[in-house]
Amino acid sequence: MIPDPCVLKAARLVDPVQGLDGEHDLRIAGGRIAAVGRDLPLDGAAPVALPAGFVVCPGFIDMHVHLREPGQEHKETIASGAAAAVAGGFVAVACMPNTEPVNDHAGVTEEIVRKAAAAGLARVYPIGAATVGSAGERLTEIRELRVAGCVAVSDDGHPIADALMMRRALEYVSMFDMPVINHCEDPSLKGEGVVHEGYRAASLGLRGIPGAAEAVMVERDVSLSELAGGAVHIAHMSARGSLRAVRSGKERDIAVTCEVTPHHFILTDDELEYDTNFKMNPPLRAAEDRTAMLDGLADGSIDAIATDHAPHHADEKALEFDRAPFGVVGLETAVPLALDRLVHRGVIGLPRLVELLARNPARILRVEGGTLEPGSTADLTILAPDAPTEVAASRFRSKGRNTPFDGWRLRGAVAATLIDGRAVYVNDSVTGAELLGASS
Amino acid sequence: MSTLSSPSGAVRPAPPLTRLRSKHLLSAADLTAEEIVLILDTAEAMQEIGTRRIKKVPALRGQTVVNLFLEPSTRTRTSFEIAEKRLSADTLNIAGGETLADMARTLEAMAPDLLVVRHAFSGACHLLADICNARVINAGDGMHEHPTQALLDAFTIRAHKPSIAGLKVTIVGDLLHSRVLRSNILLLHALGADVWLCGPSTLMLPGSERFGVHATTAIDEALAGADVVMLLRVQFERMRGRFFPSVREYFEMFGITAERLRRAGPDAIVMHPGPMNRGVEIASDVADGPSSVILEQVANGVAIRMAVLYLLAGVEVDEVEP
Repeated sequence: MIPDPCVLKAARLVDPVQGLDGEHDLRIAGGRIAAVGRDLPLDGAAPVALPAGFVVCPGFIDMHVHLREPGQEHKETIASGAAAAVAGGFVAVACMPNTEPVNDHAGVTEEIVRKAAAAGLARVYPIGAATVGSAGERLTEIRELRVAGCVAVSDDGHPIADALMMRRALEYVSMFDMPVINHCEDPSLKGEGVVHEGYRAASLGLRGIPGAAEAVMVERDVSLSELAGGAVHIAHMSARGSLRAVRSGKERDIAVTCEVTPHHFILTDDELEYDTNFKMNPPLRAAEDRTAMLDGLADGSIDAIATDHAPHHADEKALEFDRAPFGVVGLETAVPLALDRLVHRGVIGLPRLVELLARNPARILRVEGGTLEPGSTADLTILAPDAPTEVAASRFRSKGRNTPFDGWRLRGAVAATLIDGRAVYVNDSVTGAELLGASS
Repeated sequence: MSTLSSPSGAVRPAPPLTRLRSKHLLSAADLTAEEIVLILDTAEAMQEIGTRRIKKVPALRGQTVVNLFLEPSTRTRTSFEIAEKRLSADTLNIAGGETLADMARTLEAMAPDLLVVRHAFSGACHLLADICNARVINAGDGMHEHPTQALLDAFTIRAHKPSIAGLKVTIVGDLLHSRVLRSNILLLHALGADVWLCGPSTLMLPGSERFGVHATTAIDEALAGADVVMLLRVQFERMRGRFFPSVREYFEMFGITAERLRRAGPDAIVMHPGPMNRGVEIASDVADGPSSVILEQVANGVAIRMAVLYLLAGVEVDEVEP
C-alpha cells in the first residue's frame, strides 16, 4: 500500500504540461498531488522510492471504449471494463452510448455513473448520444445529459450522416463546451463492406470499404465545425485522407481533434485472413495509411491514442467473417503496444506519449487529470518501459478476448495504476511493483 | 489398368506424387503446379469411368461425404453428387439451420470424412476446416474462390491446347464479385498462363496490379490474339447498387459476339462457368458456336471432382480399377 501522505521518489517523472521530464519527487496528500519537484522535503510524509526503471506519468485516459452496460452484459460490464482499464494503465475511460438502451437520456447516464462508482476502479465518463436512439434524426437533451455527467456526445457506431443534423449538433454543443465525437464513415460508400478495399479484400473475396468513406465525412465535419463553431472530434481515424483533412482544419484554427487506435497504427490489411479478431470498423487500412498515422502521432497532428475497446462474446465472433460483429478489445494491450511500437522504435518519446494518452484526452473531454500539477487528483500511470509484456487474452480482466494481438511479446509494461493516490492496479509480473501494494 | 496419358498421347511415367499435400482444398493457392497436373491427369482416368456401362468404382467406399450447400446451387451440387456416387461414397445433403460453428460441431460428432461446402460468405470453408476433423472441399464460398471450377476449366483448356503455359487467357465480365475468377487467376498463373482481365471499370478487381494480371477496360485489346476467352456471369444478384447503366450498354461494350471474337486467336476457345446470361455476356451464336466449349466444361466437372475427392480421401490408385 502507498501511504498517504507520501513522497514518491521517481527516477523519471514525465509531465509535458509542466515541461517536466526527469528525476522528480511527487508529494501525495489527501489523494491529491501536493507538490512536484526535486528533493522535496518529507515533512512527515513517508518516502516511497520507485525502482530505477519506473516512469511516473499523469494517469492515462482512454477516451473511446465500449463498456456494453446496460444491455449487453455478456460482452462486458462497467465493472469488468473498469477492471480492464486500470490493468491497462488507464485511470479513466469515456464510454460510448451504444448500449441497450442507448445512452440518450439522463436516466441511462446516471445508471452508468452509479455503477462506475460502485465498481470503484477507473473513472468512467459517459458519452451521451447526439441524437435520440443514435438514429440521426432528433437531438438528444444534451444539457440534461451534460448535467448527469456526459462529457461529449456521439452516435458512435452510427455516423451522423445527415449534414444538417451534424451542423445542428455542433451548433448546439457549443453552448456546453463539449465536443461532438463523430464516427466518420459515409454509409453509402461503406455499403456492406467489412474490410479495407484493396488487394487483400479482393483476394479474400470480402467487400471493401475505401479510406475515402471516412475521409469525405472528416472533410465535411471540418467544414461544418468551421461553420457551426462547435468542436468536432474524429473517432478512431484510420485513413490518410482523413489526417490530411484534420491537418488542414487545424491550420485554419478550426476546433477539430482526432484519435487513432493502436491497431490502426500497428496493423495493416496485409495481415488479414478470415480471423474475425481482425474485423473492426474502421478496418485495418493500407500500409500508406498506417505510415500516415505514425507521422501524425509524431508531428502532433493526431491528438490522442484511444482504444475503441469493443468487447464481444467469443460465440459472436465465431461466425462467418461477414456475419461477425466489428470490434476488438484494446484496454489491456494499448499501453504496452504504444511503448513497444512507438517509443522503443523511436516514433515518439515518452512526453509525447503522455500527451496522447493523458493530457490531450483530458483537454478534449474537459475532464480533470492529464497533468501532475499540484492540486490535481493523484491519478498516476506508472510505467515500466523496459519490462516485458506477453499478451494473453485468456488472462484479460475484460470479458472480451477478441484481440488480434494475442501471444504478442512486447517491450514495455504498466507497473501500476493509481487513482486518488490509491493503487488500484499493481502488475505482479513487473519486478519492483510490489512495493506499491498488493494487487487488486 | 488405364494409362494416365497426356493430351499428346505420350505415356507418362508414374507421377511422383499420388496424393495432395494439403488436407483440404479451400483455395487454388493450396495447390502446386505438380499437384494441379496430378489432378488433371487423374481426371482423365476418371473420365473413362463415366463411359462405362457400370459407372462406379469403389474408391470412396465406406467414406461419408456430406454435401453442405448453404447457398442454392444446382450445377455444382449435382456435379459433386454424381462424382461421389461414381466413387461409391456414402453421401448426404444438408442445408442450413444453426450457426455454422454449431453445425460444424454437430457434423463433427457424426464423423464424416469429407465436407463439400458451398456458402454465400467468403471464408466459411476455412471456419469449417478449423473446427472439423473432416477434409473440406470448397465448392464456392462467397466472392472468394471456387477451386474445382478453375480445375475443370484448366482441364478443358488442356484438352484443346498443347500446353497452358504461355497461353493468353482473357477473362471478361463481373470481375469484382467472381469467385471463379479468383481461383482461375491462381491456377492459371501456377500453370504459366498470361491472364488478362476485362470488364467495366466499376467491376474491376481492386488491387489488380498485385494479382499479376493485365487489366483493361478495352475489350478489343483484351481479346487480341487471345487463346482462351473465358466469360464470367454478370451476377445481378450480387450487385449492390448500379455498376453499369443497362444490359444493353454492357453487351455493346463487353458482350462477346462472333464479330468481336474474330480479334482473338484463330483457334480461340470460349468458356463460361454457367449459368449463362445470353445476350448479356455472350451472344447465342457464340455460346452455341464452334469455338464454344461450355458444355464440355460441365461434363469435365464430374471427372475433376472425382479426381479431387479421390486424391484427398480415396484408397490407393490400383484399387480404383475394377
